[in-house]
Amino acid sequence: MNASIAGALLLVARKLLTAFVQLLVVATLIFSVMYIMPGDPVLLLLGADSNPSPEAIAAMRSQLGLDQPVLSQYFVWLWNALHLDFGKSLTNGYPVANYVMQNLPRTLELAVAAIIIAALIGVPLGIAAALKRGSMRDTVLTSIATIGISVPVYIVGTLLVLFFSLKLGWLPASGYTDISRNVLEHFRKLALPAFALGLGLSASIARMTRSSVLEILGRDFVRALRAKGMSERRIIWQHVLRNAAIPIVTIIGLQLGNLMGGTVLVEAMFNWPGLSTLLVGAVSARNYPLVQGAMLAIAAAFILINLVVELLYSLLDPRIRRKRS
Amino acid sequence: MLEVRNLSIAFRTRTGLKSAVRNIAFTIKPGEILGLVGESGSGKTITSLGVMGLLPPNAVVTGGEVLVDGVDILKLPPAELRKLRGSHIAMIFQDPMASLDPIFTCGDQIVEAILLHERIDRAAARRKARELLEKVRIPDPERAMRSYPHELSGGQCQRIMIAMAVACKPRIIIADEPTTALDVTVQKQVLELLRGLNEEVGAAILLITHDLGVIYEVADRVVVMYAGDKMEEAATADLFATPQSDYSKALIDSMPSLGHRAERLPVIERDASGKVRSVRPEPRVRPVAAGPVLADGDRPLLELRDLCKSYWVKPSPLSMPVEMRAVDRVSLSVAPRTTLGLVGESGCGKSTLSRAVMRLYKPDSGQILFKGRDIAGLSDREMRPFRREIAMVFQNPYGSLNPRQTVAQLVEAPMVIFADGDAGQRQARVRSLLEAVGLPAAAAQKYPHEFSGGQRQRIAIARALALKPSLVICDEAVSALDVSVQAQVLNLLKDLQAEFDLTYLFISHDLSVVEHVSDTVAVMQKGRIVEYGTAAAIFGNPKEAYTRMLLDAVPTVGSMRGGKEGA
Repeated sequence: MNASIAGALLLVARKLLTAFVQLLVVATLIFSVMYIMPGDPVLLLLGADSNPSPEAIAAMRSQLGLDQPVLSQYFVWLWNALHLDFGKSLTNGYPVANYVMQNLPRTLELAVAAIIIAALIGVPLGIAAALKRGSMRDTVLTSIATIGISVPVYIVGTLLVLFFSLKLGWLPASGYTDISRNVLEHFRKLALPAFALGLGLSASIARMTRSSVLEILGRDFVRALRAKGMSERRIIWQHVLRNAAIPIVTIIGLQLGNLMGGTVLVEAMFNWPGLSTLLVGAVSARNYPLVQGAMLAIAAAFILINLVVELLYSLLDPRIRRKRS
Repeated sequence: MLEVRNLSIAFRTRTGLKSAVRNIAFTIKPGEILGLVGESGSGKTITSLGVMGLLPPNAVVTGGEVLVDGVDILKLPPAELRKLRGSHIAMIFQDPMASLDPIFTCGDQIVEAILLHERIDRAAARRKARELLEKVRIPDPERAMRSYPHELSGGQCQRIMIAMAVACKPRIIIADEPTTALDVTVQKQVLELLRGLNEEVGAAILLITHDLGVIYEVADRVVVMYAGDKMEEAATADLFATPQSDYSKALIDSMPSLGHRAERLPVIERDASGKVRSVRPEPRVRPVAAGPVLADGDRPLLELRDLCKSYWVKPSPLSMPVEMRAVDRVSLSVAPRTTLGLVGESGCGKSTLSRAVMRLYKPDSGQILFKGRDIAGLSDREMRPFRREIAMVFQNPYGSLNPRQTVAQLVEAPMVIFADGDAGQRQARVRSLLEAVGLPAAAAQKYPHEFSGGQRQRIAIARALALKPSLVICDEAVSALDVSVQAQVLNLLKDLQAEFDLTYLFISHDLSVVEHVSDTVAVMQKGRIVEYGTAAAIFGNPKEAYTRMLLDAVPTVGSMRGGKEGA
């Protein structure tokens, strides 16, 4: 037994190390892309139209550390990033970390809410379709899912706003209220953007659930369970679903990761001040430190989510855990 | 206690009902073992699923009754039927590993089966499960309780399945090919266990198998099925002594059995009126009048010297990898135009050895002398001319043929790869190869799914012969085939050996088949050759204890029967 606990710890340690290396590679990429990109932030800061003197430019350069060799700039940046110091915003001098820390939880909340909605809709629909394979119900559900995947999120969002806020007046059409100020209002404003994101995602979860459940239903052990005299309901809930979970968890994890950088449209549409909003603003203002910080935060969240998903695999499937001694 | 009366089952197809089983009737008495024997497609599994009420959705019962203690279970509502399953009728399946849920421990699965039918608490159910595991004589029951199915061997998994089946003391146990996926020595243990439990628990057993040897050793009475019809029902001894139906006679004839080496195996034929009979085909006459004669001093075609191949495995995540010698200092030689039979249980290294000879991977050390030249260390480019000389026929004729290519394309493929002749010459060669393996010329334009298993294996053989190889490696080439089809393919291999001067490396776990085809035999255990000699010497006078154990474990018709004698 001790060996298996040690094995589990070793597995976690190895995954953590892999995640760290991945993050390092991504950080390097982010830094070099920003360095290669055309446009001089110093000119931008001083205002290119005001025709700054070469002395002023040089002074600004050394103030920002841009006169150092690239490699040393890189290591300083990396070292600081390791300490959660992403530098200061070029526009107003606030620390980038503050912006990221303020906006990351908002995007995370939106993404998690959307995924929960997607799973709550998609998984039961997928099971329902699989259990009546080839029937009218299956055809209808599968068609709806296909339509759901192909309709863009801004159309779903527009329809939701039209119906729930303009016609019925149940929910606010857009905006954000901090949870510390008004809990109810916070969630009322979360509802529509989360649904707009979640509905589309639920379709692909439903399809994955359907095919995964169908595959497990065809396995020999399901027939053996029936021969034991187990009821169909118990076979589905206790055995089939747990076996079918791995691909479903995979797609949910991937979607959650994608949402970290993929909420741009919804954040813009519903005026949700998340990470994407921050990133879009920073890119158009050539606010390099802010762009780097936001991108790094998105990448870190993605890698972390993947790490959790991989650890979930080994909880779900004993075969993925290493063989016990 | 179980009475099947005129049961008929049909499959729903686009063109209407297609009958699968017609008017099957038999009874099983308490404590009896009834064998149900037949080839694949004879309807034996469908019959057993019908008895359990577990027919697939596209199958319907079109008539008859299944009486369990006088109650027709075909008329029971689903909930009532479910209560009978597991408690009254239990089932054991062919592939034990696949029949257990991979993500629950074996202990939990047995406990679950007990709790489904008995009102006891979980701790009591656990104790009971442990006792059951002791009863099925699993080594280290405590560990087996905690293990997941993939951590146990096939034989151990089948013991778990049996423990689960007898958990609620069922009156009837249906065992569908319970030992087909297991090695002979394990098969022997499992059959003894079933027989012992049958005497102890007093349950009736319906034993479904294609293996007449198993039937002979275990069953009290036998029902023979063929193409959905019952051919014969008889006491086991009577069936083998004086089979009544033509089909039973033919089936018993076509089985290669240990100690009865025949030049030709009889095959089953059905004439125009649908009557079945056994014919012993004459060997084909060699097209060339005087073929090369096997001389004593002939240089071996293939010679292995101290061949080694290891895998590195980690016994636990923290330990250093240890060496697992799959092939351990193997030395063998095969003379031209002879057959070397390689036998051993699963995991003994047979397949690793054959792949090393094919040079699908590089051996760690040792020599592979092919026609006197060492090919063990050749690069892929240097190996190319030798690839034409060595061909392979695989076990699974369903998996080894590309379903999207026609037979002509499949057989032609090796010639295209080696740019052999022009298109016309290749077409002519395909035609002559199809003829040689006994397929009609029209087969060339068809796809693999249009053929039966035996015919597909003929296609695979034709493809193997396309480049006129001198060595053909047959890796379990007839293991997936029914007895009568197996006889046809074995006859074909013998004909082709004479016709094309072939040398075979014939790998099989089936000792009777190996005895039938081989000139020399090597017995492999844990990567080593433990015994090596002429077929007559090995089967007539085995020296090694392991060889004797393998031979003893083969269920054989005509041998002394085990525990059931005189019962």
